Order: sequence, then structure tokens, then C-alpha cells
Amino acid sequence: MLLLILKRIGLGLITLFIVSLITFVGVEVLPGDACTTYLEREAYGAALDACIKRLGLDVPAYERYLDWASNVIRGDFGYSLSGEMPINEVLGPRVKNSLVLASVSILIGIPLAIVLGIITALWRDKLPDIMISTITIFSMTIPEFISATLLILIVAIWLGWLPGIVIIPSDATFYELLSNIILPVVAISMIMTAHMARMVRSSVIQVMASDYVQMAILKGVPYWKMVFRHVLPNALLPAINVVALTIAWLLGGVVVTEVVFNYPGLGRLVIESISNRDLPVVQALAIILASIYVGINLIADLMTLMLNPRLKSLQIRK
Amino acid sequence: MNEIIESVKNLSIGFNSQKGKQISILRNVSTNIKKGETVGIVGESGSGKSTLALAMMGYIKQGLFPLKGECIFKSEDLLKMSSRQLEKIRGRKIAMIPQNAGQALTPNLKIGYQIDEALKLHTNLNKTERDKKISELLNKVRLPSPETMAFRYPHELSGGQQQRVAVAMALAGKPDLLLLDEPTTGLDVTTQAHVLELLRFIAKDTGTSMIYVSHDLGAIAQVSDRIVVMYAGEIVLEGPARKILKEPIHPYTYGLLKSIPKLSLAGLPASMPGSQPQPGSINEGCSFYDRCNLATDNCKKNSPDLEHIKELDTNVRCFNYKELINQNNNLQTSITKKSNNSEANEVLKLKDVSISYAKQKFFDQLLNKISDQNPTVKDINIDIKKGETIALVGESGSGKSTILKSIAGLLKTKDGQIKFENDRILSSDLKMRNPNDLRAIQLIFQNPDESLNPNHTVEQILSQPLKLYFNLSGEELKKNIIGLLKKVRLGEFYMSRYPRQLSGGEKQRVAVARAFAAKPDIILCDEVTSALDVSVQAAVLNLLQQLKEDLGTTYVFVSHDLAVVRAISDRVAVLYQGRLCEIGPSQNVYKFPSHPYTEVLLGAVLEPDPDIKPKLVAEDIVEEKPPEKGCSFQGRCPRKIGDICNSEVPPWQIGENGNAIRCHINIKELASLQQ
Ligand SMILES: Nc1ncnc2c1ncn2[C@@H]1O[C@H](COP(=O)(O)OP(=O)(O)O)[C@@H](O)[C@H]1O
Ligand code: SF4
Ligand code: SF4
Ligand SMILES: [Mg+2]
Repeated sequence: MLLLILKRIGLGLITLFIVSLITFVGVEVLPGDACTTYLEREAYGAALDACIKRLGLDVPAYERYLDWASNVIRGDFGYSLSGEMPINEVLGPRVKNSLVLASVSILIGIPLAIVLGIITALWRDKLPDIMISTITIFSMTIPEFISATLLILIVAIWLGWLPGIVIIPSDATFYELLSNIILPVVAISMIMTAHMARMVRSSVIQVMASDYVQMAILKGVPYWKMVFRHVLPNALLPAINVVALTIAWLLGGVVVTEVVFNYPGLGRLVIESISNRDLPVVQALAIILASIYVGINLIADLMTLMLNPRLKSLQIRK
Repeated sequence: MNEIIESVKNLSIGFNSQKGKQISILRNVSTNIKKGETVGIVGESGSGKSTLALAMMGYIKQGLFPLKGECIFKSEDLLKMSSRQLEKIRGRKIAMIPQNAGQALTPNLKIGYQIDEALKLHTNLNKTERDKKISELLNKVRLPSPETMAFRYPHELSGGQQQRVAVAMALAGKPDLLLLDEPTTGLDVTTQAHVLELLRFIAKDTGTSMIYVSHDLGAIAQVSDRIVVMYAGEIVLEGPARKILKEPIHPYTYGLLKSIPKLSLAGLPASMPGSQPQPGSINEGCSFYDRCNLATDNCKKNSPDLEHIKELDTNVRCFNYKELINQNNNLQTSITKKSNNSEANEVLKLKDVSISYAKQKFFDQLLNKISDQNPTVKDINIDIKKGETIALVGESGSGKSTILKSIAGLLKTKDGQIKFENDRILSSDLKMRNPNDLRAIQLIFQNPDESLNPNHTVEQILSQPLKLYFNLSGEELKKNIIGLLKKVRLGEFYMSRYPRQLSGGEKQRVAVARAFAAKPDIILCDEVTSALDVSVQAAVLNLLQQLKEDLGTTYVFVSHDLAVVRAISDRVAVLYQGRLCEIGPSQNVYKFPSHPYTEVLLGAVLEPDPDIKPKLVAEDIVEEKPPEKGCSFQGRCPRKIGDICNSEVPPWQIGENGNAIRCHINIKELASLQQ
């Protein structure tokens, strides 16, 4: 078991290493370098030389990679070009903002999705299912930018209840944020909850039709006890991985929503730094997003392993 | 003793078709279950037996609903009860033992918890009393080390053990009525016999009434006092077990009994034509009309009622049943088959073949060798003659399929050689074999549902090998496909059908046709009839035999069913844990002296005859892997003579009539022991 965990962690690290290499090489082979991009038309003579010196572009690529990588391991991503400030300072508030947006959406969306999924499955083809399913399918099919825009139009502009666009400095406090994020959270949750609720529904329906549930009914197990002991543990197990992917997707920044609401999270930073050609920031973002995916999937796999008696004893025996 | 526990009255159950029509799958079923009695409900798949059994617990599967009738249990109609009321009855008054215990035990809950759940619901015992009761129950169903068993998860038990847990769970509430839905189907022969024996013991010990549902008349014969025969949703025959099995007076039951291969009979069982009608397609007249050889015009227009015949204590649904009274002698006949010419040349030789599933270590991979001291299959030597049917028998895990896969080239051998025609060595790697060798050896699988592509029509399925091996196209291709279909007795119109539009037997025929499309020399058959109903099984066996007699094909026929093997094969090889135990002409393998393992297998066969009881001589333990040294059967052998069995591989001994036995006991002594 321990060996397996170590193996998975090792694999994750290798993935990260490859991602870092790819982004580094990708940036390297692009025409021009950070200085020409940054200085644009002034990229000649002394200014260019100074810039190259300052960014250390005059040493060979592999040395720069090693240098960069060892700094990253120590938690230092270097300097951004546009703001000329440490990337850590650029990232810090963005990470915090994304974290806030993601955790609020997760805390509301996932339990809601599970409850809705279970309700629709247990009352399959009855009124609650028909109503909830219609709504979930509806909100699944509308693209985010439309639902986000509609939300702004209705709630912010027509009704004037909430600010439509987040106009907070990127280093706003948690409380300032909270009042501003209601609309983005709703927009995100609509889609995420809908997808997950559908998945939970089909998983519960499948388990409800299994022989062991029929057996539990014929054994005389009361309905709700059967649902909680025999159905849900088996139905929600496969949901863990989907939940993990959703969390990773949320943490990595929900690009469209952030842009529509002008929310200063990681997603918008990705767009900004790409359009500014701020290559060091792009590199840093690639590594951070990859780490989030790797880390969360690792946790999900380990959880599945712990909770599934079948896999557990298989591993122990080996 | 004559108190009625549950009575079903005029029960019809059905569903709404997509066209909005009401289609019944149970029609007007009435029967009574008496106290202490075991009733066997038998019928082919789709005859409605499980639906009836579940309805007797007040459970109607999703999508179905009762059309009319009632199930009266202790003067109350189960079908009208609320789920609250039913919860009080289920498990406590009526308990169920499911078809597939492996799937019917909840995977995330320990065995002990699942039994405890039933105890908590249906008894007033406290925690310590319940714990004691759990080990008592596990002990009663004869599970090893009941103390630790309770802490295991379902997947950690073998199939037979899971079935025993299900029995223990059902007994927890001390029910008055036990419902068993195919409780032994899918278990190994020896396990099956043990579980049946356990059920008989429990019926006697507790006085519980039982309803035993099965397609297997052999199993039904072992436990039932009374038998109900279902066909297309109706009861067609009902009466005392002995009467039904020995003097069946309904043409369907008669045909069914004749289509079961029996150990005592060499030769193929007679088959019934056709298959059971689909629900909804029965309009008027007798539902068995299409397949009945006693049918008259009357049967086509009028449907017979279930008639009570006092002197036989039997109910029968047939106008012409009188013709079958006193026909029972005819039951003990079979179709003799042409034996092959024993002078023929050998087409396939297995020489010292060993096969291992062990993962190759890194260095071995580089050297392309497999180092496994104790491979799954070891030292197999078999020479197969042209036109011969050789059967490989053994319980699941005995390596039968493994050997077939190696012959087909799907699995590499570890040691030894497979030689084809004139001693030419076949590569153990499929990619290295030449196309003609690939054509010459074809495989037919157990489950046609998995081996036929559901998105291809029968025409596409059959055209693939014809295009691949013979480059046929256009008119010629079509002519060949029609010819193949004709060979397997299917009409031309089947060409445009998809597998899902075929019955189980028809699908298997298509699979047979596909194998024959390659004009093979050898066909490897892996449990080809195991998933089929007996009447269909008989038809497929007859078809295979006919094709072989016409075309001179050689079969390697793998099966766990000794009676089927007896019917079809010329020679039999018995395997235990991947090692050969006995090999010889079929008639001799089925006579003593036999290898102790063959003896165990023969003893466990369930015959559709209440007078032939299985002999349980060995424990039904499941061994995970073969022993390192000595005789492969040492762990379960009832005749084991001592340390020599554990330390030395037994020698081959040839009996008088040519069967070879691998045992340390002298063959003459073995003969006298087995008398
Ligand atoms: N793919 C596989 N990997 C590892 N072991 C296998 C595999 N397939 C079969 N086995 C093992 O090989 C043995 C023989 O199996 P099999 O040939 O399927 O037996 P049979 O066909 O007689 O039921 C069993 O112990 C089984 O568990
Ligand atoms: S009623 Fe007629 S068709 Fe039906 S089983 Fe009897 S003889 Fe055959
Ligand atoms: S060699 Fe020994 S263990 Fe093996 S079958 Fe013979 S008596 Fe039994
Ligand atoms: Mg097999």
C-alpha cells in the first residue's frame, strides 16, 4: 500500500517535470525571446543588451532551465515582465482569489449536486426527477458566457441587487470578495452542479438495479437504511474521481466566468499573461496548474483505494 | 402437513410494450405451497419462473406490473400490501436465496454485517447473542472457520462460499418459506452437489417450505417433492416429482427430459425443434404448438386448460396427454453417433506443453523466456486424431480454456510444442503463424453475446472470414453465406438480422457458422453449450455432430459438464489444476477404474432422476493454485494413500481398455476399491 502511494507520487513528479520541460522548450522555440517581446520596437542596442543581461538570457538554455527549475522548487518563480515585480507577488492574490471562488462553489455545488442526483434517482420519472432533470439539462446546455451574461443582465442591471462586475483590487480581503462573488459562484455552480448531479443520478440508478439491492429489499431492510448502507457507498465511489476533476478545473481558474465577471483569479491571469506575452508568468502558471491537477487526482485515487474494499484487499495481498 | 402456506391464484403479470399494448409474461398461474414441502419450478430461460418466484414475495421487478390475480400468504394478499407491511414479512416470514450470490451480496459490507442486519431486523437478540448466532449460522451452512469468516468481504470468498453466506442470511430470520432462484447455477459440479445437499439438510432440519426455481432438471430432481413446469408464462404440468420426472405426460416436459444428456447413456440426446415463443407473440391455440409433435388442428385454434388428473395426482395443460401415458421407456434412448475412424492420422499433438500466467520479470523479458516453477498448466501430452472429438473436462480453473487459448495462439506456451499436421511445429506466437494455419484452427466461445459484434448483421459477421481467407466477393460471397446458414439450419432471411434479434441458440449457430466459414481442420469449442437451455443445447450438439460427420472436422471440446462430454466426445481428458489426471476413450473413462478425481466428478453429476443421488466423496474446497510437487489432486483426494502423493508425481498407468490414469494407487487395486 505504502509502496503504491510512493509510486503514484513519483509518477506525479515525473509528470510535473515533463510539463515544465515542455513549457520551457515551448517558450524557447517561439520566435523572439522575452526581451524582444517586451521591448517591442525598442529592442535593439543597449536597451536590448541590458534586458538580456538582466533576465540572464545570455547563458545557454539548459543552464537557464536548471536555474529556473531549482528556483521553482524553492518556491521562487522569478520576475514577471510587464509589472516587473516578483511573480510570487503577482500570483499570491490571484491564487487566493481563485481559491475563494473555488471553495465557495465547491462547498455549495458538490453537496447540492449529490443531493439532487440522489433525489432524481430515487424519485426516478416522478415529479421531483422530471423537474430537477429539466433544470439540470437546461443549465448544462447553456454555455457559461451566456448564462453569466444573462445573470448580470437580470440580477445586476435590471434588478440592481448585486454588482455585476467585480471591481475590487486583486488584493481585496476575504469579506470584500464574498459580496462580490455571489454571481460568479452561481454561474459556475449551475454548470458544475448540473453535470455532477446527472452523473450521481445515473450511478445511483445503476446500483439500485443491482442484485444486491434487490436482495436487501427482499431481506426486509427498510428503505432509507437500504439507501444509506447498501446504495450510496457503492454509488458515490465512482463519483470521487469526477469530483476531483471538477475541483481541479475550478482551482485552475474558470477562464470564461472570470473574464465575463472581470474576476481577478488565475483564469483571467492566464488570458492576461498570454496576451501580454508575459512568458515567465505563463511558465509559472503552467507548473502551478499542472501541480493542482496531479495533486488532486492523486488524492482522489488514494481515496478510492481506501474506500473500495475490493481494491484494498487486492493491494494488501500483493 | 397439508396446511397451505402460500397460494397463488390466477396470477398474470405483464408490461406495456412500446406500442402501448399490454403484454403478459405470466398468464393465469395458480399453485399452492404446503407447509414443509419443497416445490421445484422448472422452465427454460424466459418462461417466467423468476417473475413468479419474486411475485411470491410480493416483489414485482421494475417495469412490470400485476394484471390480475393474487398471492395469498397467511390469508393476506402480498400484492396489495404497502412496502411497510412487506418489510415485516420479507426476511422474517419469506426469505430469498438469490441466483448469483456474488452479485447479491453488497460489496462494501462485511459478511458478518450483512447477516447481522437480517438478525437485527427479524429477531430480538442483543449484540452478544447476535454475534453468537452469526457464527452458529455460518457453521450451519458449513463454512470453514466461522469466527473469521464474518470479518471478510464478499469478494474474498469463492462462489460456493458466497452461496452459503446467502443461505445463512436467509435462515437468520427463521422464515416459513424459502425462495431459491437458481441457487446453484454457475457453481462447479462438486460445489453444486454440496450446496444442494446442504439445502436438503436444511429443509429437513428446520421444516421450512422451499420454492426452488431452476432451468436444471438435474438440480430440481434432487430437492423437490413436487414439480411445476412452466412454458411461455404458463404452468403446463404440475405434480409429484417422481411422476413428473419418470412419466412426464406433457409433450414439452417429455421433450425436455429427452434432450438432457445422461451419464448412463452414450450418444446424443434428442432435440426439440424451435424455441420458446416471445411474450406477446402468442395469439391463440396452445403455446407449444410450433414445437409439438403430437399437435393436432384442435391445438392450433384452442388453448388447452390445466386439467387435473386424479389418478396421477397431476395437472396437465394438453389435449393429447393420454398418448404419453406409459411412454416412459422411450425416455431412456438416445441418438447413436458415428464413431470416428481410429486409424486416422494425427492432426494435432501437444507435447510437454506448460503454460504460465506469471508476469515475466525484466531479465526474462529480455531473454524472452518464462521462469515459473509452478505454471498454471504443466506437462500436457495429447495426440489428437483427424476427425476425432476430444473433450477436456474439469472444474473451473482446471486450465481447460488456457490450453485452448494456447492452441489457438492467443497465449504463449512456456515449454513444450504444439504440432500441427505432419509434426510441423506451430509457433506459440499468433503473429508468427502463417495465414493457412490461422484458417485451419478456429475457436467458438461460450457466450455468443460477447463473441458476435452487436453492430454487424449476420451477413457481415459471416462475410469476414470468407473475405479474409478466400477473398470472396459479390455473388459468390453471398452464395457461400447462404450455404453456411443452411448448414447450421438457418434460413436466408437471417442475413439481415443483428445478433440482438436472435435467440441464444440462433446466435450460437451463427457463431458455429462463422467458425465453419474458414473451412477449418480443427475447431476449438469452449463451453459452447453452457449458456444455452437444454433443449437448445441438444440441438447445437446434434448440429456439431452432423457437421463433423459431413466435413470430417476435428473438435477439441471443453466443458465442465460430464454428461454433455459423454454425449459428444470420442475421447476424454480429465484435468485438475492444469495437470492431466486421466485420458481415454469416453466409454472407458465413464467406467471404473477411474482416477480418484474423475470418480469425484462422476459422483457429483446431477441426473434428472430422484433415485440417483450424487455421491459426495470430496470436500468442495477451492484451491488457488496447483501444489508445488506430487500429485495435483493431493489436496482434495478422498483416496490419498500417504506421503508419496505429496512428494512424487504419480506415474501413468494404462488400464485394460486403453484409458490412462495417473495415480500412485495400482490400477487393479483402484478397480476393486471403486466396485
Ligand atoms: N488472464 C489470466 N491471468 C492470470 N491467471 C489466469 C488468467 N486466466 C486464467 N487464469 C488462471 O488460470 C487457471 C485456469 O483457468 P482457465 O483456463 O480459465 O480454466 P477453465 O477454463 O478450466 O475454467 C485458473 O487458476 C485461473 O485463475
Ligand atoms: S395441446 Fe396440442 S400442441 Fe399443445 S402440447 Fe398438447 S398436443 Fe402439443
Ligand atoms: S496419487 Fe494420491 S493424491 Fe493423487 S489421485 Fe492418486 S491417491 Fe489421490
Ligand atoms: Mg473456461
